[in-house]
Order: sequence, then structure tokens, then C-alpha cells
Amino acid sequence: MTISTLLIANRGEIAVRVIRAARKLGIKTVQAHSSADADMLAVREADEAVEIGPPQPARSYLNGEAVIKAALQSGADAIHPGYGFLSENAGFAESVANAGLVFVGPDAATIRMMGDKSEARKRAQAAGVPIVEGFDASGDDALEQAGKTGFPVMIKASAGGGGRGIRIVDNANDFKTQAAEASSEAQAAFGDGTIYVEKFIPAARHIEVQILGDGRNVVHCGERECSLQRRRQKVWEEAPSTALNSETRKKLCDCAVALARSVNYKGAGTIEYLYDGRTEEFYFIEMNTRIQVEHPVTEMVTGLDLVAEMIRIAGGADLSVGQDDITFNGNALEVRINAEDPANDFMPFPGVVSGLRIPSGDGVRFDHTLFENYAVPPFYDSLLGKLVIHGENRRQALERLEKALAVLKIDGLPCTAPLFSALLRETDVRENAVHTEWLEQWLVNNSGKIIKESEVSA
Amino acid sequence: MAHEVKSHLPGTFYRRPSPDEPPFKEVGDSVAEGDVIGIVEVMKSFHHVKATAAGKVSAFKVENEEIVSAGQTLMEIEE
Repeated sequence: MTISTLLIANRGEIAVRVIRAARKLGIKTVQAHSSADADMLAVREADEAVEIGPPQPARSYLNGEAVIKAALQSGADAIHPGYGFLSENAGFAESVANAGLVFVGPDAATIRMMGDKSEARKRAQAAGVPIVEGFDASGDDALEQAGKTGFPVMIKASAGGGGRGIRIVDNANDFKTQAAEASSEAQAAFGDGTIYVEKFIPAARHIEVQILGDGRNVVHCGERECSLQRRRQKVWEEAPSTALNSETRKKLCDCAVALARSVNYKGAGTIEYLYDGRTEEFYFIEMNTRIQVEHPVTEMVTGLDLVAEMIRIAGGADLSVGQDDITFNGNALEVRINAEDPANDFMPFPGVVSGLRIPSGDGVRFDHTLFENYAVPPFYDSLLGKLVIHGENRRQALERLEKALAVLKIDGLPCTAPLFSALLRETDVRENAVHTEWLEQWLVNNSGKIIKESEVSA
Repeated sequence: MAHEVKSHLPGTFYRRPSPDEPPFKEVGDSVAEGDVIGIVEVMKSFHHVKATAAGKVSAFKVENEEIVSAGQTLMEIEE
């Protein structure tokens, strides 16, 4: 079936992004929103809007029943979950299907399989994808096993995600207390105290591969590097990764395709790896069964519209491209503009946008949720927009990013733009000599280099 | 005159450290200056609210999980 009306069960910049992709495909859009988001940009841009609940996410964007009811009442035949919220909730995907609606994403069984870390690892291993040595630490022999794996190790919540609650343990002495704490934290946060322990790879890079599947064929759209992270949240992403040689790149991408093909993957997905530059080894972390925040860097280098493609696939269409049709051109960078004050320990900062100046020009794209006098609500994540830059090479992309950041102006509240202006002055960043711990280490001694916009002389 | 403890941030107010735990403070409890009396969630980050005076909790002005604005009174302390 072809989708004729799409309900967007998300908010912020990704909701706007989905609406634009749907419109391009001639699909009518219905924006679901909480009462706090009645005036957001996506509501203004959609053909229709439906309120699904009060501001608290648990009572609106996470309320699957309310979302499905809104879709049925508005005559939508499909639901796009965006990222976060219900996007990787297998039970929700199932309910959507049971209601006779199309879920824009893989089926519930695939989401469930990939959402279960140990199941996903088994699948990866079976498809020939390298994995980091690790084990479920529920048994009494956890300490012994950790010793065998070799310290340092990383402890994660089996049910967790988004990097929350991860601990790194250097020695056997600390292991027991840290494991117990991690387990009770996991119990409180996810209702499941199961923890997972794996070998920790120091100075690793985060490299991920975008794939698209239609349930029959799978293609990759190259890799993205997202090593610059704070509190395990990505802040800067790019494509391609300059850390890979072409042989390693091919292996990474082929492995991603093999895994996706082994589960007859349908939709857009991302296979995440840790990459050890010293050994050129890569290790599967997880597969995300949704569109990712940083998808635009892939679009900038391939010319694909990933969101439109996932909607087409959900509607029953075949992939519009084969692997040989996907070519790579230049370098793309993305920086996340969050409503946080980078000069004040990234304190989140809801408020009213009193003035706005958006950069444009060759290779400049700004995916955002802003307009003048928009009141950024305190109830959701702080992402305001993503500044995405393309250049013929990385050097040109860096230059264009610097210029675009100088133009970008969001008055009324602090944002993370000054962080990126400061990072652009760092040799390690300019040369991409970074790893997933680099930014946190840099912030310890260099946050004074982040100059507030008000301090920049005009 | 009761001392008012205000929220310094807008967001969602929680009286408990987590949904399964008892509230930080109940009416009638004694508090010391600096005691954590609640949490305000703003943009998915959690910030402790601390008592700004010592005394006895005389009233809560907002419920658990209620939406608060910056500067809103959360609790009153009888000094």
C-alpha cells in the first residue's frame, strides 16, 4: 500500500524534517503534539495537528495509545516515530500494526531483537560482524569473568540506551561495588537490573554505518564518525570518517550490510561500531532501528533523502537505489545546536527566541525548530537545530562551518554554537585526531576558551 | 512568616528521588539549610532543589510531577 496520510509522533526538528520529506512525496501530514507544543514549527508546517496530551512526555509523546488514537481519528494510515520517544519501542510498533496502520520502521520483531543487547550481539556474531568480548553479569562468577575479559571493563544496563548509566571499571577491587550500583540504577531507570559487562577499548572512535533495506535488498550509505561526545551524547558528526582507509571502510560497511541482510531489514537503520585506530579493528556496539539525529551528513555526501526513502519503503516500495547507484562526494559536518550554556557546564536553558539569524549559502543546511518569539519548552531535550555543512573536502567544510557559525545568531537564550567555534580552533579537531573521550577531557581544562556570544566584539 | 523555597528553573517538579522511593520530605519534617527537598527536571537533566532555610516543612505548594515555572514557590518552611 502507498501511504496517503502520515502522522508524525515526535516533535522538534525531526518532526519538521519528516513533514518536509512527506510533502515531497505528496503525502498529507498530521502532527501529533503535546499541549506545550501547540505552537511549535512542525505544527505550523503540517497540514493538520492533533493534541495528544499534557506536556510530560510520559503522558503525550510516550503515550502509544494516545498516538494511535490520534492517527485513527485523523484518518492517517501511517505513523512516523522519528527518533527517541516510541521509535524503538517494539510494543508500540506492534500496536500500530494491530490497529491496521503502517509503522515507518522495521517490524516489531526486528526492533525487539536489536533492542536486546545480547540478542543483537548474537545476531551480529552470526552475520560475521566483530563484537567486543563481553558477558551478562547476573551470575556469581561475574568478577571472575571480568578478570578473564581483562580490565578495564565497561558496565552497561542491558535494557539501557543512549549511553546512560555506563561505568568504566579499572580493577577487580572496584568491580563488585560498581556492578551492584549499576544494577540498582538500571532497576530504577529501566525496571530491569540486568547488567552487561564488556571489554573497554581506550581512545576508541565512534563510527557507524547507515543502511537502508526494503525487506529484500540492503544497501549501505557509507559511514559517519561521531567521536566528539559529551556525557556519551554526540555533539559533532561527520561523513566520511577520515580515520578509515578504504579497505577498513569496505569491511565496516560490508559487515553492516551482512547484519541487516541477515534479518531482512526493512527501513533505515544504523550499525554502530567502536573503532580502535591503533589496531584498525572495529567492534559492533548496537544497531539502531530508526532514523538518527545525524542522518543529514550522510544525505549531504550521497545526495539521498533518507527520510523520504524510509517512508517510501514503509509504503511498500522497493529501494530506489542499488549499491552501485550510491556515490560519495566531499565531506559533511554536523554540529548540534542545543539550548544549553556551554560556558556554564552546559546548563539547559529553555526560553524565548527573541531574534534569529540563520546561515545559508553553498553547502549550508540548518535543520531546526526555531522561529522568532518561539518559547523553547523545558519538558523535552535541548536540541534546537543541527547545522550541517558540506564541502568538496574536509578543509572546505571546516571553513564553511566557521563562517556559518559566525552568521548563526539565536537571541534570548544561550546555545552550544560557541563550543563549536572554540573547537574549530583546536588542531586535534581540525585534523580529526579525536576519540570518544576527547571532548570531555578537553572541557576539563579548556572550557574557558568557549567565548560567550555577548563577549565577542561585533 | 514562612520561608518559601522556590524553583530556580522551569520544568517538572518531583518530590521523590525516583518513582519507587519515598518523598525527600513530608510536611512536619525538619529540614536543614541545603537539604535536598525535590528535583526539577529541565530538558531531560535533573537538578536538585535545596532548602534555603532551616526549620520545619509547613506546606508543599506543588504536587509531585507538577509543572513549575522559574521562581515559583515549591515548599514553605516554618523557621
